[in-house]
Amino acid sequence: MDQFTINLLFVGASFALYIGIAIWARAGSTSEFYAAGRGVHPVTNGMATAADWMSAASFISMAGLIAFTGYDNSTFLMGWTGGYVLLALLLAPYLRKFGKFTVSEFIGDRFYSPTARVVAVIALLVASLTYVIGQMTGVGVAFGRFLEVSNTAGLLIGACVVFAYAVFGGMKGVTYTQVAQYVVLIMAYTIPAIFISLQLTGNPVPALGLFGEHQASGEPLLQKLDQIVAELGFNEYTAHHGDTFNMVLFTLSLMIGTAGLPHVIMRFFTVPRVADARWSAGWALVFIALLYLTAPAVGAMARLNITEMFWPNGTDAQAVSIEQIESDPAYDWMATWQQTGLLGWEDKNGDGRIQYYNDASPDMQERAAEEGWAGNELTNFNRDILVLANPEIANLPGWVIGLVAAGGLAAALSTAAGLLLAISSAVSHDLMKGQLTPNISEKGELLSARIAMAVAIAVATYLGLNPPGFAAQTVALAFGLAAASIFPALMMGIFTKVNNKGAVAGMLAGLIVTVIYIFLHKGWFFIPDTNSFTDADPLLGTIKSTSFGAVGAAINFAVAFTVSKMTAAIPQEIEELVESVRIPRGAGAAQDH
Amino acid sequence: MADQTSQSAQAGEKSDAGYWSANVRIILVSLVIWAICSFGFGILLRPMLSGIQVGGTDLGFWFAQQGSILVFLALIFFYAWRMNKLDREYGVEEE
Repeated sequence: MDQFTINLLFVGASFALYIGIAIWARAGSTSEFYAAGRGVHPVTNGMATAADWMSAASFISMAGLIAFTGYDNSTFLMGWTGGYVLLALLLAPYLRKFGKFTVSEFIGDRFYSPTARVVAVIALLVASLTYVIGQMTGVGVAFGRFLEVSNTAGLLIGACVVFAYAVFGGMKGVTYTQVAQYVVLIMAYTIPAIFISLQLTGNPVPALGLFGEHQASGEPLLQKLDQIVAELGFNEYTAHHGDTFNMVLFTLSLMIGTAGLPHVIMRFFTVPRVADARWSAGWALVFIALLYLTAPAVGAMARLNITEMFWPNGTDAQAVSIEQIESDPAYDWMATWQQTGLLGWEDKNGDGRIQYYNDASPDMQERAAEEGWAGNELTNFNRDILVLANPEIANLPGWVIGLVAAGGLAAALSTAAGLLLAISSAVSHDLMKGQLTPNISEKGELLSARIAMAVAIAVATYLGLNPPGFAAQTVALAFGLAAASIFPALMMGIFTKVNNKGAVAGMLAGLIVTVIYIFLHKGWFFIPDTNSFTDADPLLGTIKSTSFGAVGAAINFAVAFTVSKMTAAIPQEIEELVESVRIPRGAGAAQDH
Repeated sequence: MADQTSQSAQAGEKSDAGYWSANVRIILVSLVIWAICSFGFGILLRPMLSGIQVGGTDLGFWFAQQGSILVFLALIFFYAWRMNKLDREYGVEEE
């Protein structure tokens, strides 16, 4: 059986599983799972939250970014887990006590202002749409490889599947489908990692193997990796090279953004009790950590494997020959990925070998002059292909490769569809019915939801063709936007007595400044070549556009407090609302609108 | 009778305020640990920890890639356990 058939089989089987569970759960929806307490157990909820949360950015993109940058990209690991601490301590229990279903409802009620609600909805839309662009990038990579077509064709096919998946919709709401998606996703991520860790270090736990011994050389794995990449003129893997201030801001932006994203927060509205909301965040992080503790091992081990693949006889000897790439089955992955246009090499000096090295390093330029090299010949290695190509690079069995394809699609599709649903309900329910056209019929509401979804996916697909960055980087921008707008409003709503005008002014200031900063660096509306600055040389000091969310959040807080001080204090009933949100006693079941 | 009601209401308010300030204290301590382990050990204080070797690299690298995540987990579960206990101490738990 060829690899294409195996992939098809795994992806098909996983989809059949999700649909099967959706039908089973729907048939049994009167069972006690849903009827009793309209909630699910914190452990189950945690697993479903993890599936919802871990998207193409975590699954497909993150390990690749860590692999090629090393320590400096630990920011993704700390940022996307540390936010759960903020969520558990500062938001989840109180929003659960408040007892409504959406974030914008809380903001609208707490700040007794329809304007605040609309501003919150707009912020959610901007952040979610940016998030979907990142997902579409990942969808394109996954479909391109799995159907063996170009990245562009993969993206267009993927967009149709996501659209169908989101319209089919109801499936998304079924917690048990998400549990199944989590199981597929985590198996697809960890099984190849276990194989590779065993190959390289003999340790079956990748997280421990990372700090273990490289068996072939007898040296610690990370020391070996540092040495081999340094010999090719690249930055040492474990060393710190980037700007420290930017690294701190970026990590903080990701953390605050995590606690400000609507589709994650929403999950804590529906647990049965306030006490469960506290536990749920912990269980979610347990299941997320299984992937996040494995990811750095995947990154480091893949980097080592790839480097050794191009220098099979060591970095001092001759590089791999084109003849070997074409004939040796261990190099088959290069040909399959070349088809997607995301991997490329070129024998610039015509010596029949592919030299992979850092041609910007002075030491290497010297060596290149001696040996007659004409620059780095691995001309394109898209970071987003690393996780999907990893099992092929390590020469793992065909079923592992098929499993990874299914896992990558589960991660990208579930999150993209969930976000599209959030976007469409925000437009139809919060904006149209809530504000613009309160008398809209149910049919009209449904129609506007569908239109919003179609527009969102069309925009995301168009921008996904020329994305503002690799999947995880684009998603990081979405977190910056959520950090600058939603999180401060929620936190001030619970911990302070900031009034309506303060909240609206704060959210607007944080959101607008952050959007402008991002557009100045990434192009207006992410259209390529309309940017005035680049992240390599940003407008303000060393602050990259991906790190600006933390600054936006600070602006939000500062403006909100200042405006609130200058305007009337909050009314008595809102004072009482704040007091009641702070105390678990008297929490009823969550109420529908 | 009216006095009694207002007294118990006052006692209730007092304990609600006490509950909230106890909660805020626990949050602050937790967030200090949160920041020290991630921004501190993982990034800013990494040079100070460079003497402590862990599997081919230093402790700061371990905190940045794995340690901080484990600390986050511990913090969330500690907070859930501590707060559910605090709820009962102040009698503000859900019925």
